[in-house]
Amino acid sequence: MRIRRRRALEERIFKVLMAASAIAVLGGLLLIVGTVVVKSLPALRLSMLIQTPKGGFYLGREGGILNAIVGSLYLASGATLLAVIFGLPIVLYLNLYARPRSAMAVFTRFSLDVLWGVPSIVYGAFGFIVMAALGLRASLLAGIITVALLELPIMTRAMDEVIRLVPQAMTDASASLGATKLETALKVVIRQAMPGILTAVLIAFGRGIGDAASVLFTAGFTDSVPTSLLQPAATLPLAIFFQLGTPYPEVQERAYASAAILTLLILAISLISRTLIRRISKHSVR
Amino acid sequence: MNGSHIKIRDLNVSIGELHVLKNVTLAIPDQQITVIIGPSGCGKTTLLKSLNRLLDSVDGVRISGSILVDGEDVYAPGVDVTAVRKKMGLLSQKPQVLPMSIFDNVAYGPRIHGTRDKAALAKLVRCELEAAGLWEEVKDRLHEPAARLSVGQQQRLCLARGLAVEPEIILGDEPTSALDPQSSRIVEQRLMALKTDYTVILVTHILRQARRIADHIAFLYLGELVESGPAAEVFASPKDPRTRAYLTGEIS
Repeated sequence: MRIRRRRALEERIFKVLMAASAIAVLGGLLLIVGTVVVKSLPALRLSMLIQTPKGGFYLGREGGILNAIVGSLYLASGATLLAVIFGLPIVLYLNLYARPRSAMAVFTRFSLDVLWGVPSIVYGAFGFIVMAALGLRASLLAGIITVALLELPIMTRAMDEVIRLVPQAMTDASASLGATKLETALKVVIRQAMPGILTAVLIAFGRGIGDAASVLFTAGFTDSVPTSLLQPAATLPLAIFFQLGTPYPEVQERAYASAAILTLLILAISLISRTLIRRISKHSVR
Repeated sequence: MNGSHIKIRDLNVSIGELHVLKNVTLAIPDQQITVIIGPSGCGKTTLLKSLNRLLDSVDGVRISGSILVDGEDVYAPGVDVTAVRKKMGLLSQKPQVLPMSIFDNVAYGPRIHGTRDKAALAKLVRCELEAAGLWEEVKDRLHEPAARLSVGQQQRLCLARGLAVEPEIILGDEPTSALDPQSSRIVEQRLMALKTDYTVILVTHILRQARRIADHIAFLYLGELVESGPAAEVFASPKDPRTRAYLTGEIS
């Protein structure tokens, strides 16, 4: 009898704890989004979205942050593309070609885990050195390369986890029809894991578009929309950083508007991708 | 009885420290159903998977001996593994459909082996689905995901998919163990019908199933091939006491 009461009490305590942490997290999220939106309201105008900075003060009192919006989208898209180009082959190698416990596979996974933990300012500093060695100036290209380095371990390990879930029986089925490993990888494994792969790509994209430290030295900053890979590019996180750092309240307000735009951008991308994932996962075998 | 184009000689397989198959020598008669029986863990599935070299991907596997298919050793150096596998269609314990439509599942094999012509593919898919006894049930939903089929239908789809690469041999690893009785019966009947054109090798732990469909029996016990021969003989008068004990249910 006493044991039964104790078990029921345990159950209740943990239920309360779990609900409390869920509420804390959800509340925190709402508080952040709420603060940003409320504080951005005075400055949030259509012109923010469709104009480059204009008129007075450093960073502009009027006009918008089109330069940073477009710069961020260019930068994060380019970096994500580059990271996919290098990341996907690594993951396919690890899961289809390398023996599961081979030194190569273990070492690669370990290295990626370490790289995942490296702070982004270190990537920025490293990118800066590489840039100088190559004779590049702060530019969209240098930023793309640096952010791709930052995204690569995140994306690769996330993809690795989902591709590991593809059942061995499925790759065996493809192999026993006479498919090569590459055919199995491209036509079966990627297709089965596609929802997870896309999620990994989006996590990396979100990380890339939101990071300020890695682009601080490498991408530079500019008031105009970049028209070539070799020009400097503005980014939203840096725009927020610079705007908040000014002594003028009018410009500081605009920082919150920039933050709101960045948040909404990420929200829009997650929503679009969710519908996309639902559509392409039609054929996945569960 | 015609000849035998699959000859296993002195096959030894170890996985890690475990000696799974010990000196197995066995000739598989053509165009008959050879059923491999034995208690679980005796190496039946390993033997089956060694035939089409699916064992290659197992960690820490060591294989010695030879398996001759049409006079060629599948373990000889320089053998094209994909060509070996193409000769053998595999039905696994749990049907494993590919993440694509019903049509594409069947067309997958022919496509990777070079068939591009749409009309030819459509004809082939229909033909194989008929052979697997599935056509009537799926003809109006060929482009739906294969995963939406019932398990029994999925196993017949796997059969059609295997047949589509024109194998000579059908390997079945307890292909009915995950199916309902109705689907099991259909799959069994299909295998019986297919033996006029194919050599069928089936692993099962269901003795009644072995009695129903086997022409030839191979009894494996603890990794050793204890006895093999025509089904009628083995069932009526087993030579080895261990076979007799297994058939009467004393060991299982």
